Amino acid sequence: MANYQGTKINPKNYHKSQIKFFLILVPMAIFMALPILYIFSTAFKPINELFAWPPQFIVHEPTMKNFINLFNQPSTTGVPMTRYLFNSIVVAIIVVFASIFVSSLAGYALSKLKFKLKKTLLTLNNVAIIFVGASVVIPRYLIIENLGLVDNFLVHILPGLAIPVGLFLIKQFIDQIPNELIEAAKIDGASEIDIYFNIILPLIKPALATIAIVSFQGVWNNTEISTIYIHNESLKTFAFYMSTLTTQANAVAGQGMAAAGSLVMFIPNLVIFIFLQKNVMDTMAHSGMK
Amino acid sequence: MTEVKQKRSLTNKSKEEIAGHIFILPYALAFLAFITIPVIMGMFLSLTYFNLLEAPRFIFLSNYVTLFTADDVFMQQVIPNTIQFAFFVGPIGYMLGFFLAWLLAQVPHRARTILALVIYSPSMTAGVAMSVMWRIIFSGDEAGYLNAVLIQMSVIQEPIQWLTNPDYLMPVMIIVTLWSSMGIGFLAMLAGVLNINQELYEAAAIDGMSNKLQEIFYITIPSMKPQMLFGAVMSLVATFNAGSIGVQLSGQNPTPQNAGQLIVTHIDDYGFIRFDMGYAAAISVVLLIMVLIFNYAAHKLFGERD
Repeated sequence: MANYQGTKINPKNYHKSQIKFFLILVPMAIFMALPILYIFSTAFKPINELFAWPPQFIVHEPTMKNFINLFNQPSTTGVPMTRYLFNSIVVAIIVVFASIFVSSLAGYALSKLKFKLKKTLLTLNNVAIIFVGASVVIPRYLIIENLGLVDNFLVHILPGLAIPVGLFLIKQFIDQIPNELIEAAKIDGASEIDIYFNIILPLIKPALATIAIVSFQGVWNNTEISTIYIHNESLKTFAFYMSTLTTQANAVAGQGMAAAGSLVMFIPNLVIFIFLQKNVMDTMAHSGMK
Repeated sequence: MTEVKQKRSLTNKSKEEIAGHIFILPYALAFLAFITIPVIMGMFLSLTYFNLLEAPRFIFLSNYVTLFTADDVFMQQVIPNTIQFAFFVGPIGYMLGFFLAWLLAQVPHRARTILALVIYSPSMTAGVAMSVMWRIIFSGDEAGYLNAVLIQMSVIQEPIQWLTNPDYLMPVMIIVTLWSSMGIGFLAMLAGVLNINQELYEAAAIDGMSNKLQEIFYITIPSMKPQMLFGAVMSLVATFNAGSIGVQLSGQNPTPQNAGQLIVTHIDDYGFIRFDMGYAAAISVVLLIMVLIFNYAAHKLFGERD
């Protein structure tokens, strides 16, 4: 086997020796993409195609009717769908920015500053990465009730601020910044807060983008909060509204609307990820755990 | 001179101490309120009888005794279901993620970006958006997409009740969860494979390494252990957080004949349907302990031993 060349990582060009990889990857990617393509197609199907048997995968006469129905249908609760969507957008924007701020501040402290609780907090956070939210719904409910957060808009925001895996990734990323840079700034008289804003933040943009994605996905797809903690219909989010469609949408006619709704849920995730994907890969290079 | 210097470094130190605590404060508060305290409270509640109406009554370990000796659904269905589900979604999904990352690292940049995006994209749809669609695809009548396709191809004659037939619910749950499980753990492993120094492979080839399998075990995995660990932890989290998928798909809790009942859904069943909060908390504690054990095992396997 003298001419065995070894694995070529990140090849520059296409070579026919890569065919075997594509033979596995492409069918796999097709399998992954099919359900999503099916939603795309269904979302634009007119009513007669939704009822057609056998069901067609591809839409023949695309229409926006399903989206119009989705936006106009008066919900059973009297709250218009746009209100849910508006709530979701507001919540997502606030949570993304707030969690970026909170975890980068904490990440800087845990990575570069020396203080007493540091070790304990770091260990606790690393254990909490595996934390399964569903296992504490009950005590969480009691706490949220006692904090007066039931039916309060803040309940959408506060629990989303502490994302252990987000803090972990940001801290790992800040670890790469040379200490000399920070010490030099200190000698020049910069305070910790100056250093955070002027040195750390600009250097950790990839990690911030990653946290943005993680927290956006967490909050945008969340139905639990609206279901458990919010009784006031006008404070609930779009993801919750979608989950009520599930139960109504068993009839074929509802499929089009459900598909349109799924697209409204999915597209923002996709667009954000496409814009930020390079940053995510940069961050993931430092994601290693020891 | 030296005295002044010392003084200054002292004040700098205490300044740093104060800044550190202030910077960590907002995160620590949220962490304490929504993670730490709930876990501690859950442990306490698990020792009580609590139905939300009366004050919790201390009953010591009796919830645990009931759970392990008298809860037939738990021992005979929930635990086997969870093990089966966790095995396929956890280790199998993890190996699949690594394998795909390894393949992707060996194709050129542009093709890799597109394929990785497609493989990653299902994980963004987690939860509700997709379960709506899966219910249409797996719908039990002949208008359900999968049934229609299979009937047309004459694979089946009668439509199959994918989501309400206990024989099919679990496989469907596993496939759907695997489909959406190539998340940030997968991306981390991809980054890990890509960052391995090419010279290692070249040197190994000269030293007589003769196939890809050897390379994977002697070079690839050892060189990216930290990412392997991160990926393992992420797939652990994904496995146990996906617990309510059976309820989402079948639209019922408990799932038909408990076929898709996992620990997480068992907690919801007791907590939010039967209002036996103490008992639900006891199940939660068991779940947390299980996750901790798996986490420990992952760290043993890939962590740095020092």
